[in-house]
Amino acid sequence: MIVCDFAVLRPEQGVAALLPDGSQVAVFLTADGAVHALDNIDPFSGAAVLSRGIVGDRGGVPVVVSPVYKQAFELATGKCLDEPSVSVAVHSVRVRDGVVELT
Amino acid sequence: MAGTTPGTLVVIGNGMVGHRLVEVLRDSSWRIVVFGEENRPAYDRVALSSYVDSWDSADLELPALSGCELRLGEKAVSVDRERRVVVGASGVEVSYDVLVLATGSVPFVPPVPGRDLPGCHVYRTIDDLDDIRATVEAATRPGRKSGMVLGGGLLGLEAANALRGMGVSPHVVELAPRLMPIQVDEGGAGLLKRLVEKLDLTVHTGTSASSIERDGERLIAKLASGLELDLDVVVFSAGIRPRTDLDLGLELGPRGGYLVDAACRTSDPRVFAIGECAAVEGVAYGLVAPGYAMAEVVADQISGGTRVFPGADVSTKLKLLGVDVASFGDAHAVTEGALEVVVNNAVAGTYSKLVVSDDARTLLGGVLVGDASAYPSLRPLVGKEVPAALLQPGGAVDVEMPADAQVCSCHAVTKQTITDAIQSGVACDVAELKACTKAGTGCGSCVPMLKKLLTECGVEQSKALCEHFTHSRAELFEIVRATRITTFSALIEKHGTGRGCDICKPAVASILASLGNGHILGESQAPLQDTNDRFLANLQRNGTYSVVPRIPGGEITPEKLIVIGEVARDFGLYTKITGGQRIDLFGATVDQLPQIWRRLVDAGFESGHAYGKALRTVKSCVGTTWCRYGVQDSVGLAIELELRYRGLRSPHKLKSAVSGCARECAEARSKDFGIIATENGWNLYVGGNGGFTPRHADLLVSDVDTETLVRVIDRFLMFYIRTADRLQRTSAWLEGLDGGLDHLREVVVDDKLGICDELEAAMASHVTDYADEWRGVLEDPEKLARFTSFVNAPGTPDPTIEFRAERGQRVPVSLGIPEVVR
Repeated sequence: MIVCDFAVLRPEQGVAALLPDGSQVAVFLTADGAVHALDNIDPFSGAAVLSRGIVGDRGGVPVVVSPVYKQAFELATGKCLDEPSVSVAVHSVRVRDGVVELT
Repeated sequence: MAGTTPGTLVVIGNGMVGHRLVEVLRDSSWRIVVFGEENRPAYDRVALSSYVDSWDSADLELPALSGCELRLGEKAVSVDRERRVVVGASGVEVSYDVLVLATGSVPFVPPVPGRDLPGCHVYRTIDDLDDIRATVEAATRPGRKSGMVLGGGLLGLEAANALRGMGVSPHVVELAPRLMPIQVDEGGAGLLKRLVEKLDLTVHTGTSASSIERDGERLIAKLASGLELDLDVVVFSAGIRPRTDLDLGLELGPRGGYLVDAACRTSDPRVFAIGECAAVEGVAYGLVAPGYAMAEVVADQISGGTRVFPGADVSTKLKLLGVDVASFGDAHAVTEGALEVVVNNAVAGTYSKLVVSDDARTLLGGVLVGDASAYPSLRPLVGKEVPAALLQPGGAVDVEMPADAQVCSCHAVTKQTITDAIQSGVACDVAELKACTKAGTGCGSCVPMLKKLLTECGVEQSKALCEHFTHSRAELFEIVRATRITTFSALIEKHGTGRGCDICKPAVASILASLGNGHILGESQAPLQDTNDRFLANLQRNGTYSVVPRIPGGEITPEKLIVIGEVARDFGLYTKITGGQRIDLFGATVDQLPQIWRRLVDAGFESGHAYGKALRTVKSCVGTTWCRYGVQDSVGLAIELELRYRGLRSPHKLKSAVSGCARECAEARSKDFGIIATENGWNLYVGGNGGFTPRHADLLVSDVDTETLVRVIDRFLMFYIRTADRLQRTSAWLEGLDGGLDHLREVVVDDKLGICDELEAAMASHVTDYADEWRGVLEDPEKLARFTSFVNAPGTPDPTIEFRAERGQRVPVSLGIPEVVR
C-alpha cells in the first residue's frame, strides 16, 4: 500500500497514515536514511500519537518517544525500552521509485 | 520522676525557641499550652530587620503548629509551683505537669538621661519596629532624616539597617573601640566600619551617649566625646538581658537567667528554662542556635531521654548591611599561645584571620569580613587538625571535614547525620536534606556545604543533560551563546554524541529560542520540539489538543470574548476558564488547529504559549481603576509585562501576577515573579510556586518605580534563563542557588558580576524580535502543511477520537488501552 512520497518525510520525524481497515501506522525517517513503520497507537495511553513523538537514540538504538507518557519504543522492533513486556507492532516498509510503501 | 508520663506541658513564651519546642513535640502525646505575650503568631526575630522591606508581619511568621493551645496576647503573670498552676493576665489558670520557661530576653537600655523621651525606642519586636516607623513618619523636618542607634554590635547594626530601610541616615554609637566587639577583632572591625560607612552610616566608636534632650521637633544627643547629634529617632540596641520578671522563686544565674542544669532543668524538677532566659550551668546565651539546642534537650528529657545541653557553638555568619561577617571558635585568640594568620586585603575589601594552636596544628577559630564564603568549610574544622594549605596566603579551604563536625549550627546537624541521610537514599538533593535533617533551614549558610556533601557522596545527579551531552543545561546555553551555533546537529556533532533524544532536543530547542533563532518550527528546529511546541497547542489524553489565546493581564473586550465563544461553538470545543485568567479550548484535532487560529488571529488574538516552556500569563487584580483599595494600576502593569515577556522561552514555564495592593488578590507571591503594589511603587517577589511544592516568592526589591521594576525583572529572567537546569522552575533554582536570595540580589540589583548590561541587552532583543508564532505558521505554507492528521488522507478525522456529552459540552470518550500491562 502506498503511504506517501518519500520527499514528504523529514529526517528524525514521523508521519501518520490511515490504513483501509481504519488502523493507523506511524512512519519515520531517521537521520541515516532508514524508514521504519510502527503502529501509531501508543499502548500506554491508547492515543494515536506515536508519529508525533521525538525521534532520537537511546544508547545508540534508534527510538521514538511517546509524546504522552514518554516511553521509548525501538524503531526497528517496536519494543518498549522502558517496559520490556510492552511492544507495538512493526510494519514492513520500503521505498521504491521515490514512494514509501507498506508491504 | 516528672515528665516521663505525658500530661500537660505549659510553655511560657511564644518566641522562636518556645515555637521550636512545640514543633519537636507536636507528634507526642503531651497536651501543650503556650502563653504568648505578643498578640501575634511566633515569628522569626532573627530576620526582624527584613520586616522593613514589606511591613507585612506574615513574611516573618514561623509555620503555624497544630495540636497546641496557643494563648496569644495572654501574658503569664504568676506561677504557683505548689499547685502547679500558671495564671494568665486575664485570670485564666492552667495546670501543668511540666512547665517550660521560654520568656526570652529584654533589651538592655543604658541609663542615659532622656532615654524615656518620645522618639526613643528599643529594637526587639515587630511592635517596636512599628513604633519606630511611626516616629520616623511623624518627623516632618525637611531634609534627610537622622537617627541614632546606641550599640554597635550585631543587633545595633541590624537596627541601623532597619533605619536605613525607612529612609533614615543612622549614627551608630558603640562604647567599645570597634564595631561588633564580641564577634570581630580589631582588624576585621576596621574593614567592617569602612564598608558600612559607604552605606550612609556614621560610626562613632569608643564613646557613648551622655544625654538625650528634646528640642522642639528634634532630639539632641550629646556624646561623651563632646559631639552633638541632631536626630529624629533614637534606637537602643545595646544588648539584651535574660527576662526573669516572672518570679517563680527560682535561683538565677550569676548574670541573670533562670539557673538550670545541663538538662535545662531548674531546681524544681517540673520546671525547665530554655533560650535566652535560661542560664545553663550559669551561662546565658543570646543566640537562637543554642536556644534551639535547649528546646531539643527538654523535648528529649520529658520524653524520658537523657540528652543534655552539648554546649553552644557561638559561631556566627551573617550579612550585615550587605557585608559578610563571620566569626567562629576562639575568634579573639584568647587560648594560651594561640597564633594568628591574618590576610587583610584593603583593596578587595576582605579580611580573614585564622587562629591556630601554638604548634600551628589545630584550628581554634577565626574571623572573616567582606567575604565569608570559606566559613562553611572552616567552622566545622574548629578543634581539628588544620590543613597546612590553609595557612598559606590564599590557601585553599577545600578540606576534608571530620564526620562529627557540625555542618548546620542552627539545628546542630553533623556531617555524619547528613551523609547518613544521603547514603541511605532518604535524601537525594538539598531540598530533601532540608526536609529530613533540618540542616540548612535556619540561616541557610550551610547550603553550599550540603551541596558539596551530596557531590562527595556521589549521589548528586551528574549535571550531564542526558546521555548525549555531558554538559549541564547552563553550560550548553553558554556554548550556544558563545559559539553562535544555530542548529542542534552542529551542536551535537561538536559537543555531544549520538543523535539526541527527547531530553536534549527540546532543551536545545529552548536554548536556541531563548537566544532568538527565528520561528520555533523552522526546518531545523521543528524536529526538536516536543509535541506541544511542535503543534503550538497542548496535547490532551485522547490525542487532541487544547488552544489558549493570549489574554494579557486577563483583560478582554466583550467582542473578543464573543469571538472565542463563536470559535469554540463552531469547532465543538470544550471551554474552560484557566487559573491564569484566560480561556482554554479543548478537543481540537491537528487539522483543526490552523483553522481555529486563522479565526483567532483575524480577531486580533496571539498565541498564549500555554504549550511552551515560556511566559504563560501575568494575572492581575483590577487595581486602582475599579477597586476601592487599590494603590496602583495593576492591570496596566500586568499587560505591559505580559506583552514585554510574551514568547520568552525559558528552562521551564514562567508565571507572573500583579496585585494592586497588599491584599494580594492576584496571588502574586505564588508566581515565578510577582509584583505587589505599595503606596510608593512596586515590590517585586521572585521564586514563588504553587503546584506540587508550593513556595512563597521572596522579596527582591521594594518600593521601586515601574522603570526600575522592569529593569530588575529583565535581569532576573535572563539570569534564570542562562543558569537554570532543564525544567527547573525559578523556585527550585533559587533554592539551589549558591548564596540564595542575597546572591541573586547582588547579581541582578547590585550588578556584582558586571553582566547586567548583557542581560538587559538580551531582553531588549527578545522584545524587539518577538513575533506571534501562530501568525508565523499561518503565513508559511511549509509549516501549515505539517498540521495534517494523515499523510495519505489529509482532513480525515482520526477514528480513535470520539466524544460524548457532559454538562452540555463535548468531552473525550475514554480510550481503550490495548493489551498493556502496567
